[in-house]
Amino acid sequence: MDFSIASILLLDGMTNGAVYALLGLATVLVFTVTRVIFIPQGEFVSYGALTLAILQTGKVPGTVWLLMGLALVAALMEWRSSGLKSGLKTLLLPALASGLTWWAAPLQLPLLIQAILSIAVVTAFGPLVYRVAFQSLESASPLVLLIVSVGVHFAMTGFGLVFFGAEGYRSPSFWDTRFNLGSLTLTGQALIIFIAALALIAMLWLFFERTLFGKALRATAVNRTGARLMGVSTHTAGQLTFLLAAMIGAISGLLIGPSTTVFYDSGFLIGLKGFIAAVVAGLSSYPVALVGALFVGVVESFASFWASSFKEVIVFTLILPVLLWRSLTTVHSDEEH
Amino acid sequence: MLNFLTSWKWLILFALVPLVAALPLPDFWIVQLNYIGLYALTCLGLVLLTGVSGLTSFGQAAFVGMGAYTTAWITLNLGLSPWIALFIGLALTGVASLLVGLLTLRMSGHFLPLATICWGLALYYLMGNLDALGKYDGLLGLKSLSIGDFDLGQGRAFFVLTWLILLTAVVGVTHLLDSRAGRAIRSLKTATQMAEAMGINTFRYKVTVFVLAAWLACIAGWLMAHFQRTVNPSAFGLKMGIEYLFMTVVGGVGTVWGALIGSGLVKLLDDQLQTLLPKLMGTSGSYEVIVFGIAMVLILKYLPEGLWSLVARFLPKSQRKVDWAEAAALPERSKPKTGELVLDVHDIRKQFGGLMAVNGIGFQIKAGQIVGLIGPNGAGKSTTFNLITGVLGLTAGHVQFRGETISGKSSREIARRGMARTFQHVKMVADMTVLENVAMGAYSRTHQGVLAGMLRTNRQEEKQLFKEAQRQLERIGMGPLMHELAGNLAMGPQRMMEIARALCADPALLLLDEPAAGLRHKEKQALADVLRQLKNEGVSLLLVEHDMDLVMDVCDHLVVMEFGTLLTQGTPAEIQQNPAVRAAYLGTEH
Repeated sequence: MDFSIASILLLDGMTNGAVYALLGLATVLVFTVTRVIFIPQGEFVSYGALTLAILQTGKVPGTVWLLMGLALVAALMEWRSSGLKSGLKTLLLPALASGLTWWAAPLQLPLLIQAILSIAVVTAFGPLVYRVAFQSLESASPLVLLIVSVGVHFAMTGFGLVFFGAEGYRSPSFWDTRFNLGSLTLTGQALIIFIAALALIAMLWLFFERTLFGKALRATAVNRTGARLMGVSTHTAGQLTFLLAAMIGAISGLLIGPSTTVFYDSGFLIGLKGFIAAVVAGLSSYPVALVGALFVGVVESFASFWASSFKEVIVFTLILPVLLWRSLTTVHSDEEH
Repeated sequence: MLNFLTSWKWLILFALVPLVAALPLPDFWIVQLNYIGLYALTCLGLVLLTGVSGLTSFGQAAFVGMGAYTTAWITLNLGLSPWIALFIGLALTGVASLLVGLLTLRMSGHFLPLATICWGLALYYLMGNLDALGKYDGLLGLKSLSIGDFDLGQGRAFFVLTWLILLTAVVGVTHLLDSRAGRAIRSLKTATQMAEAMGINTFRYKVTVFVLAAWLACIAGWLMAHFQRTVNPSAFGLKMGIEYLFMTVVGGVGTVWGALIGSGLVKLLDDQLQTLLPKLMGTSGSYEVIVFGIAMVLILKYLPEGLWSLVARFLPKSQRKVDWAEAAALPERSKPKTGELVLDVHDIRKQFGGLMAVNGIGFQIKAGQIVGLIGPNGAGKSTTFNLITGVLGLTAGHVQFRGETISGKSSREIARRGMARTFQHVKMVADMTVLENVAMGAYSRTHQGVLAGMLRTNRQEEKQLFKEAQRQLERIGMGPLMHELAGNLAMGPQRMMEIARALCADPALLLLDEPAAGLRHKEKQALADVLRQLKNEGVSLLLVEHDMDLVMDVCDHLVVMEFGTLLTQGTPAEIQQNPAVRAAYLGTEH
């Protein structure tokens, strides 16, 4: 291996790492606010990428129908618990997103608009998933929530197969330009990934530090009962968090879609790598999750160069030393439940 | 064997296995039952792990895979007998699970499931990429299991083998859970702090349970490999790992029968869905995951105890038979003589960040004394209490117990030296009986471990334990309640139960953290009587309490704290006259 190969691998790893970072941040975000270890985070990635890929073919993506179905279930649940009005309110955003997409699909609009539509559709899933699967279990233990989360992952993967089929898609690159920096080639898409990742991280930071809503979410993360007594609705906090997580997932899908073929079940592995980054951060620190994600990306890219068939083995075994390090550095508490 | 099969019920179950095999069932159903037995064996491990101990693993399929691949590779390449390969597989699985357990179980509960997801994936890709293991095609042409020339590996013979192993495991686990070690395991889910205060090494038990569960999975894998006579990675991936957990949750994660019901139901449902759903959809694909996923969410929402709970409702509840009347008493530790110095707290400090919660507290307790620690809310009483018992670490100062420095030791080590405590908020295992909860107090006075529990070679000691527990319950007047579930008791009896549990430890010093909180007047009087009785029996007591009537009534010496510092100490009469104490409680006139 010479310097140029190493730098190519490094850049490649950082590019993927930036996407893992986004997913890791979403994981940390969801866990801190709702205590849900959100395994289906990766499903939003594949939903996002596949929705855009299908829109490119001029067809109506299956996510539209799935979204409407889920919205109906959520609306019925909401109707039963808090009346017709709030039931209809639940339907509003999903109906808007899927209606627009359904109308726009055959028009073959420019890529950017299709991308925005895809993000809108997938983002609308977030609050619905929370409403249907997690909201009534808010006070359950993290373990129960984790098992539910795996159930949701199963269901979403299965629906992915139903609505997208077993075929894989590669979504188009947003920017085909290449920059040559000596022996190194930086693609436009890689640049977009870096910029988008940084922008999203900055936005998240601003949201949590500077807005009342963000602060309310943080308060919920620290003390649910206390936050509720102060008038912060844990339902709203949870739904909003899932909305953000779904949006981040969808954007990650669009970012990674051009560089790899995405199948209905690809999201899981991508999401899990973001997950390892989140575990590095002890599911609590955003900056550490970012560093961890870049590290995972780089390890993965070097591993695929040296021992390509053992790439996944190496990446997932990585969690053992990470956990060792964490168990040695964190003071454990006896009563975690 | 007689010890192991303690009741006729077990014998009947064991006898049923060959009977079922003799029935004229179609072979298809025997094969189904074989698979159900194999799955149930793995699920049984999950019952122990998830249902009883509150630890979750999505990686059990990987342990099944380890058992299967080990025997496949060894029998194919080295030509060894499968029976030898079983033990090599168990050894490997033991090492792997020990490693994962040691790394993750010290941290809070959700790191284990995460680690097992990654570990399951890593092992799956490893199996799928190693040339020696035949990559994704796996290994073919395994021998069937046999003893001598008798083929055990197929059809009805295999059914009998699998189900006898399964039932043996069920009996072993059931016995284990009803033993000294088992009660420790049952405390892992909700009451680790209490368990540590009883001298139980909870971390060691967590690791033990994890390894046991992995071993059950490994045995299932070994059986499966020789039954299918081929192994390939797809049966041991993460999806299967999750499915095992799903089976257990469906059946009822808290009981051994849940494992059997769950694996049976899911296996049958799985087969139906795998043929039905692709027909409905018009294409092939694993659509059953949708149903499983949704069912998992629904069950956790509406039937968190699983399907077995529907059956269990109609089963008669049997009471533990009192068979320990003749048992010998447990040995007692040497007690300090009256007037001897028991506890010496010297200038202890505790700092939380910028807050000095306890600042320079010092006092002594002599044998046979009741010392009260009082002070307004937020004075640092409970922190002092936790510092002495080792729940919190000291920032400065030291504590001596019977002449030995105990500061810096864990609460478990301190408990083993004869210091027993109760908790401000009652800590107990709610689904165990009062008697079983109280017996936990004598944990550090007894020795029988996990294996003895499974094989029931622990009967003698168990009888001694229960005799001691009953004696302590009767001592405080709770004898009639001993078969009640602890969670069903009212607040007062629960607090009394904690005292009985602490007494079971045969303590030289008993620390009670607000024992009268939430008690009614009558219960308080009973408590005062019990405390005086204990004092007469020569037990030393440290009492943190708000109820001044009780404190003034029973204590020999009072230590008053305010804002983390020592306000004063003296006899109750002196304290009542002390103007500084009055000011602290009632405020001053300006």
